[in-house]
Amino acid sequence: MATPPSPDRPSSVFEYAPAPESRSIVDIAPSYGLFVDGEFVDGSGEAMKTVNPATEEVLSEVAVGTADDVDRAVKAARRAHSRVWGPMRPADRGKYLFRIARLLQERAREFAVLESLDNGKPIRESRDVDVPLAAAHFFYHAGWADKLAHAGLGPDPRPLGVACQVIPWNFPLLMLAWKVAPALATGNTVVLKPAETTPLTALLFAEVCRQADLPPGVVNIVTGAGETGRAVVEHDDVDKVAFTGSTEVGRSIARAVAGTRKKLTLELGGKAANIVFDDAPIDQAVEGIVQGIFFNQGHVCCAGSRLLVQENVHDEVIAALQRRIGTLRVGDPLDKNTDIGAINSAEQLARIRELSDVGEAEGATRWQPACDLPDRGFWFPPTVFTGVSPAHRIARDEVFGPVLSVLTFRTPDEAVAKANNTTYGLSAGIWSEKGSRILAIADRLRAGVVWANTFNQFDPTSPFGGYKQSGYGREGGRHGLAAYLSTGDEQ
Amino acid sequence: MIGNERLAVRKTYKLYLGGAFPRSESGRTYEVHDAKGAFLANAAWASRKDARDAVVAARGAFPKWSGATAYNRGQVLYRVAEVMEGRHAQFCEEVAAGEGLSSGRARAAVDAAIDRWVWYAGWTDKLAAVLGSANPVAGPYFDFSLPEPTGVVAVLAPQRSSLLGLVSVLAPVLAGGNTAVVVTSRERPLPAVTLGEVLATSDVPGGVVNLLTGDAAELGPWLAEHDDVDAIDLTGAPAERAMEFEREAAGSIKRVLRPPAVEPDWSADPGLTRMRTFLETKTVWHPKGF
Repeated sequence: MATPPSPDRPSSVFEYAPAPESRSIVDIAPSYGLFVDGEFVDGSGEAMKTVNPATEEVLSEVAVGTADDVDRAVKAARRAHSRVWGPMRPADRGKYLFRIARLLQERAREFAVLESLDNGKPIRESRDVDVPLAAAHFFYHAGWADKLAHAGLGPDPRPLGVACQVIPWNFPLLMLAWKVAPALATGNTVVLKPAETTPLTALLFAEVCRQADLPPGVVNIVTGAGETGRAVVEHDDVDKVAFTGSTEVGRSIARAVAGTRKKLTLELGGKAANIVFDDAPIDQAVEGIVQGIFFNQGHVCCAGSRLLVQENVHDEVIAALQRRIGTLRVGDPLDKNTDIGAINSAEQLARIRELSDVGEAEGATRWQPACDLPDRGFWFPPTVFTGVSPAHRIARDEVFGPVLSVLTFRTPDEAVAKANNTTYGLSAGIWSEKGSRILAIADRLRAGVVWANTFNQFDPTSPFGGYKQSGYGREGGRHGLAAYLSTGDEQ
Repeated sequence: MIGNERLAVRKTYKLYLGGAFPRSESGRTYEVHDAKGAFLANAAWASRKDARDAVVAARGAFPKWSGATAYNRGQVLYRVAEVMEGRHAQFCEEVAAGEGLSSGRARAAVDAAIDRWVWYAGWTDKLAAVLGSANPVAGPYFDFSLPEPTGVVAVLAPQRSSLLGLVSVLAPVLAGGNTAVVVTSRERPLPAVTLGEVLATSDVPGGVVNLLTGDAAELGPWLAEHDDVDAIDLTGAPAERAMEFEREAAGSIKRVLRPPAVEPDWSADPGLTRMRTFLETKTVWHPKGF
């Protein structure tokens, strides 16, 4: 959405012209069934609507899986595991994954547009980040399929069997890839439950599985909401549960699998510190701060939501940051100029508003650029809170939106103490020109991923996952394989 | 006693907590018997408060122990094995009495326990190479992943194997750089108390290992739900309570090592799963550029 010039937002020498990506490349069916045993079938629950969060337009009706539907999907996955996928030559499993990677690349634009429509994220991100990374995850894991004996997990690591996977709405296709690719590469079969508000790219992925001639039952996709997810997680004949989402739901899943044989990995919330030292290149740091918190509307578990600035550069950093935020375009996700798209749902928007209001009520200072928001859809402007204390809720609770809390520090020790002063431990950022300082600080941060002079970088070769209440287990790299294999030295 | 025979000086068996040997703050003790039912000692019966104190001590000791160089940790742990060797006869006596073993089998168990400790001492400076990685990301970054200790680990030690079992669950926790709160075998706690005396004289900083003699069924829930405990090993949990402890542990997203169906043969090759369970992986991205 074009924003008029204002004192915060100097007019540019260039006029803005919308550059919308065409949505004609996607063909959304009026309704979708569940993908079970290689076929689309009706769900037994009452179908749900999925909407475009940028317009509130209903995109499609999607089946809701009940416990019975889940049972059919798990049975299909079990059958496929014992009869087809388990006994298959590992090299052939790898070839299927290579096929899927290629199909994702071939249909990349279609996936990107569909993802932006269903999720609200800018096409620039779905096109340049989500979809290419999803393809890369399949490509990377394809190569592992016949090399597992060399993965450092014992001489003969074995698949677990049926993996059930519950994924969030912030990176619908990418999280699918993070879950499905390693599970299949290690010889497991899958029952996947996509997020309630973003099921469409998973259903398009089902079509990709068919185009790849993936044997029926190897991947099953059961759409629905929380009840469906619970049925998936609690099914008796599942060997592995993998979940990405909130810490609260993660806790309930950990309780649900307690006392069972199910192996569990959790990738949960975060409240990452992004630490800016006074020797950091300020312009570069500002880009990183923006990337850290406004990427994907801040719907990122590893978002750099707590900015820790060394006190003597606080004013300079904040001024530069506000200048930069003033140039961000908020609006139509399909516009190639858009930096910040729509908030994924009314529910999430309400949470962001509530926590922002609490931030103000607790005494922090809210700043937002002048910015026209569309009349329809779910929107929240990029927001910076200064004067935040570590006790404020906006410094402690995960907002999961485009809201940055700024705190200050004087010494490296104080920066580390404040950065670690959270129940979470997913990620952190460090901005400094001094390499020795970066490595020393990185050593002391209790976080699973530390970005130095960069932020929100992802790669299938690079293990990702949290410390503390951000969860356990890793995704990506050699480490990610461990979540889906039995090494033989478990008790 | 009449005659020339010397009257033995008996030991008071106490907790090992924060590097000191206190009695239980509760004042409670319980009788420990040998395998035939004869009285051996009164052991301190650790309470909830003792468990909480132990967690505080373990948390306090964590920065120094986890921050020590891997080489240093390896030397300290090897030193433990050296001092264990010096107490060999005492361990054999206690293991034989508690587990009802012949002296030959008790000796074999003690030998294996000391050797197991040496095995783990040698792991400290290999873990990063074996479990870490340089990650070839598609961009101009040096990207590497290293194992780091999870933090404070609560260990419900095996109930049957009083020394070899104890060492097999404690040493992997320490080798990775964690600190530990251990609830010992309830019926067979004496080798654990002696191990505490070994640790106290082996350069292991106080608080790194805390040994609570008492009842895993009683202390398990408090440790499982304690927010400042990062992980829990349920090996010695009563079978009928393990699921409940695991549920409690979910409250703070603890790493949980589930109990085996039956206590395993501890003489088998341990593998890496135990160490891996109590290690986090940290990935660091550093740009490359001129």
